[in-house]
Amino acid sequence: MSDLIWVYAEVVDEKITPITLEMLTRAAELGKAEALLLGPAPNGAAEMLAKFGASKIYRSADAVYGDYLTLPAVETVAELMQKYNPAVMLFASSFAGRDLVAALSARLDSGAIADVGDFVLKNGSVEATIPALGASYQNTSTLVSPGTKLLLVRPKSFDAKVNEQPLSVEDVPAVGGDALRKIHVKERVTVKQEGPQLEGAKAIVSGGRGLKGEANFAMLKELADLLGGAVGATRAAVDAGWVPYAMQVGQTGKTVKPDLYIACGISGAVQHLSGMKTSKTIISINKDPEAPIFQFSDLGIVGDVFQVVPQLIEEIKKKKGK
Amino acid sequence: MNIVVCGKVIPASTVIIEIDPSTKRMFRKGVTHELDPAAASAVEEGLRLTEKHGGAVTLITMGISDATIGIRSALAMGAANAVHILDDAVAGSDTLGTAKVLAAAIKKQPFDLVICGTESSDSYSGIVPGQIAHFLGVPAVTFAKEVIVEGGKLTIKRQTENGYDVVEAALPALVTTTSGINEPRYPQLKGIMAAKKKEIKIYTAADLGLGPDQVGESGAREKVLTVGRPPKRQAGQMITDEGEGGKKIAEFLAELKII
Ligand SMILES: Cc1cc2nc3c(=O)[nH]c(=O)nc-3n(C[C@H](O)[C@H](O)[C@H](O)COP(=O)(O)OP(=O)(O)OC[C@H]3O[C@@H](n4cnc5c(N)ncnc54)[C@H](O)[C@@H]3O)c2cc1C
Ligand SMILES: Nc1ncnc2c1ncn2[C@@H]1O[C@H](COP(=O)(O)O)[C@@H](O)[C@H]1O
Repeated sequence: MSDLIWVYAEVVDEKITPITLEMLTRAAELGKAEALLLGPAPNGAAEMLAKFGASKIYRSADAVYGDYLTLPAVETVAELMQKYNPAVMLFASSFAGRDLVAALSARLDSGAIADVGDFVLKNGSVEATIPALGASYQNTSTLVSPGTKLLLVRPKSFDAKVNEQPLSVEDVPAVGGDALRKIHVKERVTVKQEGPQLEGAKAIVSGGRGLKGEANFAMLKELADLLGGAVGATRAAVDAGWVPYAMQVGQTGKTVKPDLYIACGISGAVQHLSGMKTSKTIISINKDPEAPIFQFSDLGIVGDVFQVVPQLIEEIKKKKGK
Repeated sequence: MNIVVCGKVIPASTVIIEIDPSTKRMFRKGVTHELDPAAASAVEEGLRLTEKHGGAVTLITMGISDATIGIRSALAMGAANAVHILDDAVAGSDTLGTAKVLAAAIKKQPFDLVICGTESSDSYSGIVPGQIAHFLGVPAVTFAKEVIVEGGKLTIKRQTENGYDVVEAALPALVTTTSGINEPRYPQLKGIMAAKKKEIKIYTAADLGLGPDQVGESGAREKVLTVGRPPKRQAGQMITDEGEGGKKIAEFLAELKII
């Protein structure tokens, strides 16, 4: 088996996504890393990929990849795969990544491994580590089908490191035909998010169902501001409509790894834990002493968030001399 | 409008799911089961569409005999009938095998729209729906926060990292619904009574023309090699708030030089 590892590069908010760079870093450690970049991308995108380890970048800037979901990209990736036969191809566990892996794994009859935390090339295949069942397990699995092995990788599994490669871009022709133009993106709407983003925040203060309502998130915002951090939430709080999805931490939200994570009124369900439990320091406030979050906390306060958080805010203000 | 909903019946949320080290599969037999909340949302969305446009909802599930309880709840919510793929030969299927089974079962039903949950609550690979769509030859319109059907066209608001996309496709199509898209109705007594008389068709893999090279453990492309536990995090200190909780945290943060 060759040690050629491909990474499907993604652009969100006119930036190469952090997980793309994380995957490239790992790919370049294990073999020869190359990237595919399809659709509109900002200036300097290819340079960025080369900087993080891509020794070659297959590129088409055609708008079809942005205007029509999944099918055009699948066609192009499948054709390139057939030509160059990489050992492994990595996709982010993102919206686009999941759609592409689903379609490719069916088309190639190859299967795929989802939710991968790490992998190695072994015995002519891959061996992937999967933090299964909300990371309460750590399993390994492999793919026994011939051809390129498809992996969906969890964000924040690796640290992105600069690994400068000479820039080498190969243009690939865009696919055509109406048969691929079936899932049409008519409009893109950005929901404006106030305050700092979770991505990259050094401190995160998150709220769960224990917060009781939208208005009480103001208290967390104040605390986060004092700590120079961002506010996060559980799916329960997002589904209740208290805060936007962009703030969700966990299995189906963001995976975060801040220096400080303060969990307020959060039970600690496995799906939430899997998105934050590698944070450096975890502090939790919950009125139920049996809440699972306490088992993952460096400091646990059994108490009422509506007492503890305002007091904490006052204390920090005092210490800051305000 | 004929709608097929693919949904799982899974160990109830109160059950802590464990993996059997000998088979490397989840322990499913004998634990309390319920309709996956992701499936309940998909059924709800299907019912709302048929209430508006006419037609009926068929639930398709692949699972063990304990799944019957969850199938009955979908029928009690208002699904017209159900298909249960019940066969030891499909146990141990990977995502691709599961998708082959479900796609073959869907093909036996008339359908305009297939609805899946974006991910199941127990295995959450999130790739089965896209695989099904490929085998059916229909577009997979995924991560819907809102679903509208009008004049043979499906339009959704698709969840994105920073907002949503408005995405459109012609029917027949497959759509996946995100959690929180709706509040699934509770079955009412009348629905529960009616569900008892509704048909649950049982299929085996052979009925669907699928052999051991495609489904079950022997057909799986993905093989689980080892099952283990991650290293445990060192437990920290726990303090019961007696009026000083906030202060304690502040002291802790000061020790860490965070404030
Ligand atoms: C496939 C799947 C994916 C999922 N993805 C995610 C995800 O990405 N992120 C996520 O967060 N969840 C996710 N979930 C949901 C998850 O299972 C839990 O339901 C959710 O995390 C619970 O949120 P919570 O802790 O806010 O609510 P609850 O579990 O209801 O906990 C609320 C807590 O608040 C405490 N409390 C109440 N009042 C107070 C008070 N006054 N003071 C202090 N404490 C108080 C209670 O003791 C309780 O522990 C997912 C579930 C599934 C099935
Ligand atoms: N055994 C099954 N029976 C019925 N539907 C399923 C099954 N497995 C997966 N699905 C469908 O595929 C979706 C995603 O599942 P998963 O890929 O396991 O996350 C689920 O929400 C269901 O709609």
